[in-house]
Amino acid sequence: MTAPGGRAVSAPLLGHGEEPTVFELSAPGRRAASFRTTGVPEWSAEELIPADELRSEPPALAEVSERDLVAHMTRLSHRQYSVDLGAYPLGSCTMKYNPKVCDEAAALEGFANVHPATPASHAQGWLELLWGLAHALCEVTGMGRATLQPPAGAAGELTGLLIMRAWHQAQGRSPGKVLIPDSAHGTNPASVSLAGYQTVSVESDERGLVSPDVLRKYLDGDVAGMMLTNPNTLGLFEERIVEVGRLVHDAGGLLYYDGANLNAIMGITKPAVMGFDIVHLNLHKTFAVPHGGGGPGAGPVAVTTELSEFLPGPLVARADDGTFYWEQPARSIGRTHGWHGNALALVRAWAYILSNGSEGLRQVSEAAVLNANWLLSRLRGTYAVPYGSPPMHETVVSTKDAPGTNGQLRALDVAKRLLEKGFHAPTVYFPLVVAEALMIEPTETESPETIAALADALLEIAREGAEVAALAPTTTPVGRVDEARAARRLVLTWDAARAEGPGVSAPA
Amino acid sequence: MAPYVPHTAQDVARMLADLGLVSTEDLFSCVPPALRLAGGLDLPQGLPEPDVAAEMARLASANRAATELVCFAGGGSYDHDVPAVTRALAGRSEFVTSYTPYQPEVAQGVLQVLFEYQTLVSRLAGLPVANASVYDGATALVEAVNMATAATGRRALWVSEGVNPRWREVLATLTAGQALAVVEVPLIDGITRWEGVAGGAEGQSHEGPPAAVVVASPNYLGCIDPLGAARAAATEAGALLIAAFDPVASGLLRSAGQQGADVAVAEGQPFGSRLAFGGPYLGMMAATQAHVRRLPGRLVGQTVDRSGRSAYVTTLRAREQDIRREKASSNICTNQTLVAVTAMVQLAWLGTTGLRELALRCARGARYLRQGMLALPGVKPLVGAPMVREFAVALPVAIDLVVERMADEGFLAGLPVEAGGQEGLLVAVTEKRTKAEMDAYLESLGKVLS
Ligand SMILES: Cc1ncc(COP(=O)(O)O)c(C=O)c1O
Repeated sequence: MTAPGGRAVSAPLLGHGEEPTVFELSAPGRRAASFRTTGVPEWSAEELIPADELRSEPPALAEVSERDLVAHMTRLSHRQYSVDLGAYPLGSCTMKYNPKVCDEAAALEGFANVHPATPASHAQGWLELLWGLAHALCEVTGMGRATLQPPAGAAGELTGLLIMRAWHQAQGRSPGKVLIPDSAHGTNPASVSLAGYQTVSVESDERGLVSPDVLRKYLDGDVAGMMLTNPNTLGLFEERIVEVGRLVHDAGGLLYYDGANLNAIMGITKPAVMGFDIVHLNLHKTFAVPHGGGGPGAGPVAVTTELSEFLPGPLVARADDGTFYWEQPARSIGRTHGWHGNALALVRAWAYILSNGSEGLRQVSEAAVLNANWLLSRLRGTYAVPYGSPPMHETVVSTKDAPGTNGQLRALDVAKRLLEKGFHAPTVYFPLVVAEALMIEPTETESPETIAALADALLEIAREGAEVAALAPTTTPVGRVDEARAARRLVLTWDAARAEGPGVSAPA
Repeated sequence: MAPYVPHTAQDVARMLADLGLVSTEDLFSCVPPALRLAGGLDLPQGLPEPDVAAEMARLASANRAATELVCFAGGGSYDHDVPAVTRALAGRSEFVTSYTPYQPEVAQGVLQVLFEYQTLVSRLAGLPVANASVYDGATALVEAVNMATAATGRRALWVSEGVNPRWREVLATLTAGQALAVVEVPLIDGITRWEGVAGGAEGQSHEGPPAAVVVASPNYLGCIDPLGAARAAATEAGALLIAAFDPVASGLLRSAGQQGADVAVAEGQPFGSRLAFGGPYLGMMAATQAHVRRLPGRLVGQTVDRSGRSAYVTTLRAREQDIRREKASSNICTNQTLVAVTAMVQLAWLGTTGLRELALRCARGARYLRQGMLALPGVKPLVGAPMVREFAVALPVAIDLVVERMADEGFLAGLPVEAGGQEGLLVAVTEKRTKAEMDAYLESLGKVLS
């Protein structure tokens, strides 16, 4: 266990100097751009555009040579942690390894260089892929039909809730509220509000689960539905999900599945089997689409056959002769994206599904759950486990009562100290129901050696104590960042920084 | 084992033994037996990597890429040249495989790029603040509208019919739960007719005054739609002015901010992103200082670290869904950071003079092709207002048929559009189109129309 692949402590992050902005690297007149020879007549701007619409000078951009631009971006990339560098155990975010074959597929000219308005007869490969992916996602979730338009999980949530709304309206009902557990991700209540519903938060029971007895208190004719993820954000399986679903359905509501945690259950169970009606998936979590520093992702929505007429259109259908065409669902809520969604992310997800296949997807979930359990077994005794049941693919512990730390060890400090030990930090302070929470998701792509080293590092931090952790990090490109100052003296552009004058670099 | 799971059979056995379990089944004892799948998933078996690559290549080759179907279609998606350096830098795995910069000490790379990106977007829009991206141009418009309804407490909107019709559809879909009253304001010969929307129109009295006046310039028909009139309408109604702009044309045209926009939105795809069948693209947003706290999604700010070194961090976080939850004005979490990184590189590569040259080259090509098309029998301008790099023409033959026939000739001829009840073809020209390609297009179109 001496050479864990996912530990990045040897990363050659060079020096501790500041990287100038691209604007500071600029020199008047310098430029990298070059344009193709076209033979088009060289009319002047004045000949082409009415004088009163023309700007007197172009907007100032950077002025750099290609060489300097490459150096700038490469130096910045050396100041950035990534999955390719090492383990990234951010709970809920599912930072698994992103296979390179998927990148190559997305770069193929036949995908990357196709205009979205290309007639279906000339884009049969695209339509076949979208059709195949939608079907596979329906198979994994047990749903009837899927839209691939939503560009991220939150967009999927809003889409799903608007389908819920349209379904109620079609029945002449207009209930006003949606239930979510208190452990839910912030996008859930935010989406509920945007869909025109009121959020009602349902408290978790002492086991960290939704209890039918608690739920009953909240159910009445005004409930449009309930949003849940299963396993939930504590990494625990909602064992009484069938009963929960029945109660919600009996009250006239629909059950919405936040698919952020589907990576724990592929091939084990399905949202449809648990009673869900609407599902969004985060292809950038479960299906290994890279996160790109914060996006793009993809958040397809799959629904039961009964609800499929409300899906955003157009959807791909297959004709008897095997050709594919666009069709509009009968009572579609309308488009939720300017074109067909984050299409190249969909290509990556399809390549990932082809690679894994039926068995492979189940093994992905099994290994994810195995890793989380094995990690937790090593942390128990040092980090408090607020809820007793064994976790699924991720686990939430608290730093608060670590032995010998007098209740002083803070999750934030543990996170910063872990950076010095060569690992990215887990998610901290989420879910909100656990004090000083560390939410750790090792994912299936980390080896047991890496998991053991991560556990050792976390145990070591608790032994070193709160004071040591509070000083971290010092080995990173910058030390602890002053977030309060950023909000107080709002500097969102280089122009604002310049207006503030020098002194940004001087000790405060 | 699955291809990207490193565990050996011995690893699994040892880990299970450590946990006191016998088989992987035992890991799922919390899943009630009634919910467990009896068989496996009904999907094919996994393929070795070369077979995956071959299958993806088969699918890709079943599409006619813009190399075979020379692209004269736009409508929010443009076939620009992407230099090798943009692909190489934006493809670096440090950017591709990182997450949202929640730990700024190890995310200075992405954070600084986003800070530089925000600066560039702010300069293009002519407005002081910009965010770190939303999903695409369409959802940028929706977010801007949500800013305006929050700022004014009003529920009506005046939206020019020059705004991309797909964006207007997304706006209608995503605000269906908010009971907005959208008044669509018509174009006359390519330019929005704001007169009469206020005062007289019967719709107005029960819609109430608008939260925002929404206009696009250049608009969907390619016409420069003077923002002055829209600004005047907004000011008179006490509404925000939301302007959708073409970021390429901003190399030549006066900026949205200069013309009084409160919020400016754009589709950022032209800066380094491929056509990609419509995504991932880039929603650009900029605003006046007064609206900074209502901007959705991430904002990167400059600050210092403990020892006073310059550092970057996401800021005004209390606006966002993870903190404000049901009171957040936007639900965005995952955004389009990598596409913003791409745009930052492309804009730095273009530089100040390069952006202007890019816009000029597009406009020259559009002028050349438009003149050629109008010289063909039966081809007429669909609208007369001045254009930059995209234009609409009326044809003597059904548009869908022309598009199909031109595809046989090796061209994606354009997009069907409608203006004033008349059908037309919307044609876009980028710096990538040569005179030879345009001459060939004109020859084919001549054949198709005759
Ligand atoms: C549990 C949960 N739900 C929803 C989301 C929102 O997904 P996205 O970030 O793709 O919008 C996330 C991801 O951050 C999540 O972890």
